[in-house]
Amino acid sequence: MITTKKTGLAPSRRSVLMGAGACLLAGAGLIRPVWAQAAPLKLGFQLHATGIGAGYGRWYQRTADAAVKLINEGGGIAGRPVELVYEDDGTDPKRGAEVVDKLVSQHGCDLVLGTLFSHVVMGSAPRAGELKVPYLVCSEGYHVASGALNRWTLQPGITDVRSQISSMAPWVAGNIGKKVTMVYPDYAFGYDHRDFFTAAIQAQGGEVLAQIAIPPTETSFTRYFPQIPPETEVIYHVMVGPGVLTFVKELGEFYGTGAKPQLFGFIDSLEAVDTATPGLEFLEGSHFWEAHPRVKPADAGEHEAAYRAAVGVDDNGASTGDAADVATYSHMFSTWETLFFIKQAIEAAGYTGPADRQKLVEAMEAISDLPYGIERPQGAKTFNGKTHQAFGVQNISKIEGGKLVKVHTTTIEEGLYPDAVDYTTMAF
Amino acid sequence: MGFGPFLLLAVMEGLVSAAVLALTAVGLSLVFGVMRVVNVAHGAFFMLGAVVAWFVAGHVAGPPVWGWLAALVVAPLVVGALAALVDISVLKRLNYEPEAVIVATIGVLYILEQAALMSFGPDARPVAAPFTLRLQLPWFGYSGYKLFVVVAAAAVLAGVWLLMARTRFGLLMRATQVDRNTARAFGINVDRVYAGTFALGAALAAVAAVLVVPISQVHYLMGADPLLLAFITVIIGGLGSLRGTLVAALVIGLSDGVISMFWSPTLSKIIATLLVALVLVFRPQGLFGAKA
Repeated sequence: MITTKKTGLAPSRRSVLMGAGACLLAGAGLIRPVWAQAAPLKLGFQLHATGIGAGYGRWYQRTADAAVKLINEGGGIAGRPVELVYEDDGTDPKRGAEVVDKLVSQHGCDLVLGTLFSHVVMGSAPRAGELKVPYLVCSEGYHVASGALNRWTLQPGITDVRSQISSMAPWVAGNIGKKVTMVYPDYAFGYDHRDFFTAAIQAQGGEVLAQIAIPPTETSFTRYFPQIPPETEVIYHVMVGPGVLTFVKELGEFYGTGAKPQLFGFIDSLEAVDTATPGLEFLEGSHFWEAHPRVKPADAGEHEAAYRAAVGVDDNGASTGDAADVATYSHMFSTWETLFFIKQAIEAAGYTGPADRQKLVEAMEAISDLPYGIERPQGAKTFNGKTHQAFGVQNISKIEGGKLVKVHTTTIEEGLYPDAVDYTTMAF
Repeated sequence: MGFGPFLLLAVMEGLVSAAVLALTAVGLSLVFGVMRVVNVAHGAFFMLGAVVAWFVAGHVAGPPVWGWLAALVVAPLVVGALAALVDISVLKRLNYEPEAVIVATIGVLYILEQAALMSFGPDARPVAAPFTLRLQLPWFGYSGYKLFVVVAAAAVLAGVWLLMARTRFGLLMRATQVDRNTARAFGINVDRVYAGTFALGAALAAVAAVLVVPISQVHYLMGADPLLLAFITVIIGGLGSLRGTLVAALVIGLSDGVISMFWSPTLSKIIATLLVALVLVFRPQGLFGAKA
């Protein structure tokens, strides 16, 4: 009795599924002619949704979604609606290359964008080059402009570390101190800081007294502090990852109330972290580099408010829905600006589909001036088509009363350096 | 800074890492000793304890010490209960087959980590220390709470030893450890002992987490490193041996503190792993482990 029921059930479920499948196929067939006029542009987004970069990934997604919403409300790109396809790379280089593959081969994306962590960029860019698909990173690493990557990889939405550092070193030497001890993570991102800051501060007549490299998995930092020479005037710190709160707290415990060096840090250390967090009191009065000031400055540009509203960030740089949910404000604008850069390039190239990818990269290389506007809320930029790198203004903020207050803005010119590569001469 | 103060700081740092190591390893050692279960999810229970501590501390009004004390009570209970559930619903059904259990606990590890990512989020969050005491030495300052952790670790280890040696539950655990079938023949409810042991091991990880979070931060991936170090400690000390765990934690912690300050942190990791290799070659049962 029961078995007959079962055998009776199975085909019926199968037939229902087949029926549903047939309906879907028929539906797709019916709808196709209507979509053909405006098939969506599929932009693949390589997202750090899990792994060590998850804090950034969440905000990169929110920002990119907001930008695409705005683009679609304005009629899309070249009259076509834009669709973002997210794939999690686990902030892992090996997975990163697979994600590029999946986005292009499986989802049929027109291009790939959005990667932040340098090691994932380094792991993924070669695959993008092999697939001959434009790969637009938002990582601020010097790897693009250094010539280490390929013709298909560009960084149009954020200034690279070398430029950031060279534009700020004069201000550090002139206002905080000239004898510097550097504390940085013991991998490529940290070495960029070590090399370029050491050179930049020497050019200002200063010197780096000690370079303290800290393994990225370190959870306790007190043991490194005795290496800081007593004559140090400035501790330059750039740390990434969950250990940074411990770093600051232990630094405070180590120096206590006595004489202590000034601190200059990269906001990378404190992205997504509330500067008024208990334990961070030691940061009071210290300075930070910011690309895009987290706390809305009094002299913010006219589009700042609209950008914050679109992404859902309040004037303190936290989510409008939850004041404890602090944004990765100094980096996430890069996804927004990259998407508008894509719009500009696609419309200039007359891009219609994957066959035009080479034309699209050439159109991107031809862009040079990127003026301030809602497309570029962080500020005007210039794009160097030869090095595939954008250059913008940088800001220095001071922590006052637990809040980041902008005190200085550099010019684009201060951050320019001689080209190290000409990608336009490379083969596609 | 002269050699003396430098060495003092190295030893203090070493003692703190030894304490943290001993705390995280003792639960792992206990579970392996009694149940012969390699619990890969131990680090995840540690992380879960920290997340619960953060949650509890954030919901208790008044000075930080109340929130911290509440967390010290609640976190081990919650984590222990969850571990007991895992034991009854997963490990027991696998009949404690070693290979199956390793794979199952890897699964538990991923489930807990992703659940933390989805609910707690990807950011690192601090838990306030129950008291702020800063020791100002002539050469440097040091956190008083860190030294408290050393004392607390000693107390926890003593408590576990008392439990094993002086209580009825300890007796049951030791009997089950020696021979599961004979214990059952003597009317011991082995299932219950196993669930209790697994819960106790996880609860100890949670206690360690509550003690550690005011020093480091709560983060959903925070369980990975302690797990690795706890395994190293337990292998060197001898699986299932409390005394071995303590000695191994002291050796690794102090050598880590001193070597990483005078030479490099990488070198201290190399030496620790080399030590594991040597122990496995020359004394596979660990320094204090009984021959299996």
